Amino acid sequence: MGMTISQKILAAHAGRDHVEPGELLNCKLDVVLGNDVTAPVAISEFKRLDLDKVFDQEKIVLVPDHFAPNKDIKSAEQCKIMRDFAGQYGIKNYFEIGQMGIEHCLLPEKGLVLPGDLIIGADSHTCTYGALGAFATGVGSTDMAAGMATGEAWFKVPEAIKFVYYGKLPEWVGGKDLILHTIGDIGVEGARYMSMEFTGEVIKNLSMDNRFTMANMAIEAGGKNGIIEPDAITLEYIRTRAKRSFTLYKSDEDAVYCEIREYDVSSLEPIVAFPHLPENTRPVSEATGITLDQVVIGSCTNGRIEDLEMAARILKGKKIHPEIRTIILPGTQQIFLEAMRRGYIEIFIEAGAAVSTPTCGPCLGGHMGILAKGEKALATTNRNFVGRMGHPESEVYLASPAVAAASAIKGKITPPWEV
Amino acid sequence: MIFSGRVHKFGADIDTDAIIPARYLNTFDPQELARHCMEDADPEFPNKVQAGDIIAADKNFGCGSSREHAPIAIKGAGVSCVIAKSFARIFYRNCINIGLPILECSEAVDALNEGDQVEVDLETGKIINLRTSEEYQAVPFPEFMQQIMDKGGLINYVKERKGS
Repeated sequence: MGMTISQKILAAHAGRDHVEPGELLNCKLDVVLGNDVTAPVAISEFKRLDLDKVFDQEKIVLVPDHFAPNKDIKSAEQCKIMRDFAGQYGIKNYFEIGQMGIEHCLLPEKGLVLPGDLIIGADSHTCTYGALGAFATGVGSTDMAAGMATGEAWFKVPEAIKFVYYGKLPEWVGGKDLILHTIGDIGVEGARYMSMEFTGEVIKNLSMDNRFTMANMAIEAGGKNGIIEPDAITLEYIRTRAKRSFTLYKSDEDAVYCEIREYDVSSLEPIVAFPHLPENTRPVSEATGITLDQVVIGSCTNGRIEDLEMAARILKGKKIHPEIRTIILPGTQQIFLEAMRRGYIEIFIEAGAAVSTPTCGPCLGGHMGILAKGEKALATTNRNFVGRMGHPESEVYLASPAVAAASAIKGKITPPWEV
Repeated sequence: MIFSGRVHKFGADIDTDAIIPARYLNTFDPQELARHCMEDADPEFPNKVQAGDIIAADKNFGCGSSREHAPIAIKGAGVSCVIAKSFARIFYRNCINIGLPILECSEAVDALNEGDQVEVDLETGKIINLRTSEEYQAVPFPEFMQQIMDKGGLINYVKERKGS
């Protein structure tokens, strides 16, 4: 019986020829990731092991991005714990303010995650790297601590759902809409414990930035990982970035899936997820007119150059509605620089948006755009849970950069073709 | 190990932002996190929870972020055990790794009411509602996970393997 790409990567890292769903494996890790919220807990646990070194100084990545640049004294202390640890243990991939970015935009950009890798990150959106044909999954801080010590982690081989997207992708519809539509279809626990494999002609023609957006939100359906087979588009992306060898895996023809779901995307509209779950999706035409207080464009879901390109295309020469606070956060310093060179930053500022240094800040209600009681935001982020962006009685609507930019201009949820 | 405590009931898809909102993640002190435990799902919870109490929740408990602060907050609040119809994957893993007892049992969740006194036998997975004397059987853990829990969490487990 054949294996899925996810089974193959897990098998290879467990020194096995074949693995079956449900098996528990101990696997060798290529990358162990943490941030300023999760790494301090991991470091505290790691220190209980009384070790004078980590398993591999090259394979641990630490990024201060959640409450950084430090939002308050406690956050400053958290970041300091991580910085001091990186120095003391000689961690090669620690990215200081000025070098850093939102971790899931940064690691692919730096070539630190590659096809065929097995990656754990103490951040639920670690599944983003599946877009490169890697097996990447979020874990907690204790798993990160054990990973830093041993270079290993235990995994249950997941069952897989295959998602096939076919037809012609309409204008204004992209990776964010595909994944929101999928989550709306299967629900927030529709892929719980499972591997989500995104396939079909639409995916084959999808850019890397759009693929990252899709894999990023696998966790919002409860998925263990989201994965896309590497192809020419993947290889082009990593061509100038990869500094080590990598392996391309593909699912076997006779791989077993517990479910196959097919979507004809030809008549798909941009999607908006209503409060307070990412599964509460509606086509934008059924969301039109909801008045907003804030628009956020950025995050590990939609903070890449193509996302900013889309926002700039819509905002060029326009003014943001006077009652809307629009915050745009390029995902990394490199993306920021590229956006500046292409003139996007000027477009954003001319339109009346605030442009920020990279941070996860507003997405999780940390800083840089917290909502007051009763306020509504539309964001290109990934979660719209109660209180996610601030007051427990505030509301978050999730959508693509195109819908976000159009909505910022009109002051209410607006389809991109109406501006 | 046998626990006994009062039930606090919660609905489906209780996410980690509801268990411990991100605005409190600038610390990982269990007592400080406990003061805000479940705050966005039930603002009164931190005041009314008592040592030994049990959370009974519907499906997909702990969905969302990977923050270990969520099970740390629950443990810090003195909750002895979480029973749910199902758990989100990372939260489930985190509970095993830090030694917060969890049990999957749909029948118990459906039958238990807020304030019921419940006894839980972690070894057998037996849940008894002391008000009605009804018994429920939770799904047992795979042996490997049971071993981690028996050692008091993943770090102790790794420590022991390194020593041997």
